[in-house]
Amino acid sequence: MNAAVLRVEGLRVAYDHPLGEVRAVDDVWFNLRPHERFGLAGESGSGKSTMALAILRLIRPPGRIDGGEVWLDDTRLSSLSDDAMRKLRLAGIALVPQGSMNSLNPVLRIRAQIADALGDHGTTLSRRDIDTHVRDLLGHVGLPPGVAEMYPHELSGGMKQRACIAIAICLRPKVIIADEPTSALDVVVQRQVMATLARVQGELGAAVILVGHDMGLMAQFVDRLGVMYAGRLVEIAPIAEIITAPKHPYTQMLIASLPSLERKGMMQGIPGLAPLLRDLPSGCAFHPRCPKATDLCRTERPLLRDLGDHQAACHFA
Amino acid sequence: MADSTAPLIELRGATKIYGRIAALEDFSLTIDAARPTITAIVGESGSGKTTLARLLLGLVAPTSGQVLYQGRDLHALSGGERRTFRRDVQAIFQDPYGVYNPFYRVDHVLTTPVAKFRLAATRTEARALIEDALRAVGLRSDEILGRYPHQLSGGQRQRVMVARALLLHPHLIVADEPVSMVDASLRATILGSLRQLNQERGISIIYITHDLATAYQVADNIIVMYRASVAEAGDVELVVKAPKHPYTQLLVASIPQVSTERTWLDEQEGRPRTDVGDGGCKFVARCPVAIPVCRQVAPMPRRTEPDRVVACHHHAGADT
Repeated sequence: MNAAVLRVEGLRVAYDHPLGEVRAVDDVWFNLRPHERFGLAGESGSGKSTMALAILRLIRPPGRIDGGEVWLDDTRLSSLSDDAMRKLRLAGIALVPQGSMNSLNPVLRIRAQIADALGDHGTTLSRRDIDTHVRDLLGHVGLPPGVAEMYPHELSGGMKQRACIAIAICLRPKVIIADEPTSALDVVVQRQVMATLARVQGELGAAVILVGHDMGLMAQFVDRLGVMYAGRLVEIAPIAEIITAPKHPYTQMLIASLPSLERKGMMQGIPGLAPLLRDLPSGCAFHPRCPKATDLCRTERPLLRDLGDHQAACHFA
Repeated sequence: MADSTAPLIELRGATKIYGRIAALEDFSLTIDAARPTITAIVGESGSGKTTLARLLLGLVAPTSGQVLYQGRDLHALSGGERRTFRRDVQAIFQDPYGVYNPFYRVDHVLTTPVAKFRLAATRTEARALIEDALRAVGLRSDEILGRYPHQLSGGQRQRVMVARALLLHPHLIVADEPVSMVDASLRATILGSLRQLNQERGISIIYITHDLATAYQVADNIIVMYRASVAEAGDVELVVKAPKHPYTQLLVASIPQVSTERTWLDEQEGRPRTDVGDGGCKFVARCPVAIPVCRQVAPMPRRTEPDRVVACHHHAGADT
């Protein structure tokens, strides 16, 4: 096993709230291996998007990172100046944020938006070199060169999302974090964009963190999956193991809640609601919804335990 | 107004044109009155799903063709008939946030229909009706009533909308993307309550969605739309398990399955969606099996089996 390209060690994020502190990410540990596709899954409010932002030090007040470290190779991100961190975003770790296809500047041609990203990170290229680079990048993500001269509104959703991927890879980052990159796209286009992302990642040799709630997408795309619940990672395992033998009851129920095209009448909801982060249940945060909960679960919080290649935070895993 | 032999609701060759764009083209649909069913309408954005919902609800009039409720043209209803229609046909929309007024308690969306349609003689009776409707969708009234919309989760808010529809004992519920803004773990619960209303209370449901997998799970019949027209329609088992139209086949293959079999990403990255001129099949530019006739003649929907209709030159069934 190669050394990890990205290490997240005990990361914590808190938000100040009039009714008390809200812990959005609590003591999260995981490693990202080179070339690996790692998934972060969970319901809304589980902290998965906050995690993605925290890795990049993009948490804004009233939120703050109040513990833990993130390492990119040998660089400890908390040791970087704000300016050095800004340079590292895109160049070292690129983020394709949620809804990013709607974050393209509507009054700039795609060419200018890619050139901006390059210029912002100190790349000084002649106009001709930039044109060549933009053309290469667009070709990389399966867009015709003419797209460079187009405005965002002239592109379809899938094309916009590809343009965002082109921007994300323009400085050949080691890690790409994609937060629900296809949630606004139709299934047919989603598959095409994900195929593009997979190919580009392979060509670049980058690692990918895919954030999302669609377990089908995770099953088909990632190598390993981390499942988040109430701000904590509750299970990490190779994707095939998660699907065939999930250890945490939450993961089991999450998979059972998915509609299948194979068997009818199999989908079952998870009873109850996700807990309020500022008022978490005692012990295991999942115990009020868990069919297997005992007194132990109500009093003692289970930690993530190693079970071979598989980790789960459940007293009964 | 009721004609007992007429279908519950029917679209006859309905076309809706906005500006120069046909949002729905020569669309026909019949929901039988005798047997309450769940019909799923599936298609990508821009396929005409929401236009169809708006026509069915009488919110817009077709440019040509007709919408008939119990045999009567929706736009020729008298005031009283219109009121009955408004009670019998209920809508559930995509956004369980936008339908609430944030300044009113949740109770408001439940007490308003009770008052408007004079469903209860006393406050106690009204309260009992509301509690019953909430119970039917798996909510406890003490967890819902008296709260403001922001105090409920998206899933709870959407279930309150189902309860509101239920209060009026409708014959038909038109649900336009009711779970697309709700977490996966709650989708099953909400769709389960729609299924239950269909079976236990005999309410027909039109479930409009972009999600073929949930459509397969809850519906009896399915209509797959492509760019304002029907591509394939019929029994959900037939259409989803053995799709005939190349678009339905593409749609089925595009859904990422929770499976250790990983073939989903192997596909080509796809050809861009290009518009074609008049006359031909709308799917021709993306179709892997297009033949010359597909560029010249639009295929008519044809009955290939008793429970299936396909609009594709490769499947020449009987005229519908």
